Amino acid sequence: MPSDRQKKIRNFCIIAHIDHGKSTLADRLIEKTGTLTQREMEEQVLDTMELEKERGITIKAQAVRLIHNDGNNEYILNLIDTPGHVDFNYEVSRSLAACEGAILVVDATQGIQAQTLANCYLALEHDLEIVPVINKIDLPSARPEEIKKEIEDVIGLDCSDAPLISAKVGLGIEDVLKSIVEKIPCPNGDEDAPLRALIFDSYYDPYKGVVCYVRVKEGTIKKGTKIKLMMSGKEYEVTEVGIFRPSFMEVEQLQAGDVGYVTASIKNVRDARVGDTITEAERPATEPLPGYRPAIPMVYSGIYPADSSDYNDLKDALEKLQLNDAALTFEPETSVALGFGFRCGFLGLLHMEIIQERLEREYNLNLVTTAPSVIYKITKTNGEVIELTNPTNMPPTTEISYMEEPIVNASIICPSDYVGAVMELCQEKRGIFKNMEYLETTRVMLHYEIPLNEIIYDFFDALKSRTKGYASLDYELAGYKRSELVKLDILLNGDPVDALSQIVPKEKAYQKGRAIAEKLKEIIPRQLFEIPIQAAIGSKVIARETVKALRKDVLAKCYGGDISRKKKLLEKQKEGKKRMKQIGTVEVPQEAFMAVLKVE
Amino acid sequence: MKGLYVHIPFCKSKCFYCDFNSIVNIEYQDEYIEALIKEIDSLKEKNFDTIFIGGGTPTILSINNLEKLLYRISKFIPSEFTIEANPGTLNREKLKILKKYGINRLSIGLQSTDNSILKRLGRIHTYEEFLANYYDAKSLGFNNINVDLMFNLPNQKGEEFLKTILNVTKLNPQHISCYSLIIEEGTKFYDLYQRDELKLLDEDEERVLYHTMISILIDNGYRQYEISNFAKLGYECKHNIIYWSDEEYIGVGAGAHSYIKGIRYSNVKDIKQYIYDINNDGNAIDEKNVLTKEEHMSEFMFLGLRMNCGININKFKNKFSQDIMEVYGDEIIDLKDKGLIEKCGENIRLTEKGRDLSNLVFVSFLK
Repeated sequence: MPSDRQKKIRNFCIIAHIDHGKSTLADRLIEKTGTLTQREMEEQVLDTMELEKERGITIKAQAVRLIHNDGNNEYILNLIDTPGHVDFNYEVSRSLAACEGAILVVDATQGIQAQTLANCYLALEHDLEIVPVINKIDLPSARPEEIKKEIEDVIGLDCSDAPLISAKVGLGIEDVLKSIVEKIPCPNGDEDAPLRALIFDSYYDPYKGVVCYVRVKEGTIKKGTKIKLMMSGKEYEVTEVGIFRPSFMEVEQLQAGDVGYVTASIKNVRDARVGDTITEAERPATEPLPGYRPAIPMVYSGIYPADSSDYNDLKDALEKLQLNDAALTFEPETSVALGFGFRCGFLGLLHMEIIQERLEREYNLNLVTTAPSVIYKITKTNGEVIELTNPTNMPPTTEISYMEEPIVNASIICPSDYVGAVMELCQEKRGIFKNMEYLETTRVMLHYEIPLNEIIYDFFDALKSRTKGYASLDYELAGYKRSELVKLDILLNGDPVDALSQIVPKEKAYQKGRAIAEKLKEIIPRQLFEIPIQAAIGSKVIARETVKALRKDVLAKCYGGDISRKKKLLEKQKEGKKRMKQIGTVEVPQEAFMAVLKVE
Repeated sequence: MKGLYVHIPFCKSKCFYCDFNSIVNIEYQDEYIEALIKEIDSLKEKNFDTIFIGGGTPTILSINNLEKLLYRISKFIPSEFTIEANPGTLNREKLKILKKYGINRLSIGLQSTDNSILKRLGRIHTYEEFLANYYDAKSLGFNNINVDLMFNLPNQKGEEFLKTILNVTKLNPQHISCYSLIIEEGTKFYDLYQRDELKLLDEDEERVLYHTMISILIDNGYRQYEISNFAKLGYECKHNIIYWSDEEYIGVGAGAHSYIKGIRYSNVKDIKQYIYDINNDGNAIDEKNVLTKEEHMSEFMFLGLRMNCGININKFKNKFSQDIMEVYGDEIIDLKDKGLIEKCGENIRLTEKGRDLSNLVFVSFLK
């Protein structure tokens, strides 16, 4: 039975497809409940990272405590913000485990999208009460009644009294608050039982040490409590507990049902991993709380400092990022072309881009990133099975019995007019059609089995452009499948460049080799001598292009005494040169290493 | 050696390739000349070895203003006294005045002998008008004349340019400057170029043309002494050589640059602001940059190497009290291996290939 205190608490998150208005709704709830004053408000207030605001996406989970008075009672509403992109599903998963309910935001102009469904299923897996909310009803193209019916038909949620809102203009926010209080169950759990608190996020703060975001399921935790982390087995003394307003606010204690933070002079995030359970050292719980699906890297790529003397800075930066990003993995590797660097594992391409951008911006590093690769399984003729994350390490073909590549189950939702275009794209990407269902008369959900390797490159962009932006995509790993694959090498000036090697399907090797050689010809600037570019499989050259020798690089005019302007031009040129990677005698622009995968 | 540069920022109209500091409104010329003379009066120098009046279009000035200015400047008794003169603003009367105040070198902007090309460049004159000015100047006794030319112009065929060169060499001026077009931001050509509406030669064709031009000029008795400059023996432009050999100069007028005692200055560019500053503060300095030793050394290199004679190793040592190989040893060896520079006596200079790729060389000397 919930206590009277617990009856006044609601723990919830907001789930939505990207751009359906999740962060805007969060902003309005914060505003409406007076958690922040107008002056303190800014857009996407919970997205603290510069990158999140710029891209309009949520990467890290965040939490905030709202106080809502419905006229009779005062309620504590703990909102846990979650990311929307498929790459960050694991973040969604761990936020869900801290809640009893979820607000499902659906765009009244777009209806259900692939991630609406994916997140909804995740929430149902966690037994959450789902409160549908129809957003953007202020737009002229809004069709709330149709969308409500769609949600009822496709997901099976009752939408009869779903709030119709516009988070942007602040319409219907009261209704959302009312639904939260009425529909989402309050937490329960014995406040006197042995402590069990779930870490749903953690990050390293230079002053406080590791800050654990927790949901207390049972028991009570306060300053001075001797705690034990059930997975790592380590013990600490709590130095502070508090809540999110949304900045840290210390409180006396957190009890069963509460969401808040705990610090305990923990030095390393690895000792307080997300998903771990905090209990009391003296009176430990017998069972930890169920952890969640751990984040597994699906995409690997090499990250190298452009200037090899930055290697240690890069290492430090990766270590720091890893403190707050359990999904990021890295280990040292060496490339003949690029020197010392790291092979890093990511959840997906967006995750990779974000890490790369954060390294460059927040740590001021100049990087060279190699084309991302999935994990291939190679069964050798001697029966040994190896996992290949770097194409360079592919054994000679004579030693390979067969290769397997990861496959995903992809669901794509699009207007029925675009079914043909989507099918054509999936076909090009070696997809295997599974089935197709109608969500409404004009919208279709397609299921395909597609090699992950085809998805991670430019699939999403291609999907968007071929459906005028109307299609949405979600996918999950579905195991491995045998495939005819070859290693495509690129030679510059006769020498193979390991960092440009890729594993490609045999049937596409020629086409791809030609396209890469052409692309590199565009990207590599003319230099003092002619540079042959070759694509090869084994010792067989399948494509060749030539970068002609540079003939002219001169400022014709330099007089009138204005030296500084000419100097600035030269300095700019020098900067450009610094962004080049010297490979043998050839200077290669950094973008070349990524650009090779963006060829058709 | 010390030079004085005098800037006249007025033009009849803006040429499509030009990003120099000039305006087409000449209503400020009286105030401007007054301010300019004030600035000149404030200089403590009593003499200059060279004076260069440039623009804009200096010869656009009214006879009255021209005389006022020249009267003041001629007191510096320079050994080389140049003015830029543009056909369309020049006549026998003005030439006589130039002669009267001791101007001994004319730099005439021609650009091309093809009238349709002149029109496409936004020039305000024809080849025939230039010829009239040129012959007038010669008959008045000007015996040191430069003709400014350009190549790699939009829709200009190689042969058309070579025709220009042949026409001009027939006139036998003492000096020819010949610039490959640079598309500068803020010009009409830049906009056209961005819209892909300018047809220029490709790199290889352009270089062939450049080298052909050089051999024609050499055959006609000219010597190349800088990337874009050619002269009969003894007629090199001393004033420009000052810029390239790290000698001091003072620039007066809107946007003019000075270089004295290791410090670079520039005046405010805006003409009205310039007039205001001079009248109120006595100077119009907008920016001042004290060169570090490192900057000074790299400027010494990339300016000096523009000249065919290159830089002198001993001069480097005298200036910086350091051996050049100590500072730039790696760079020099690397560039020499690549065939871009060579040693010639006590000088280091660009090779022919180095002149085509001079920016690559210069960039090496920036730290």
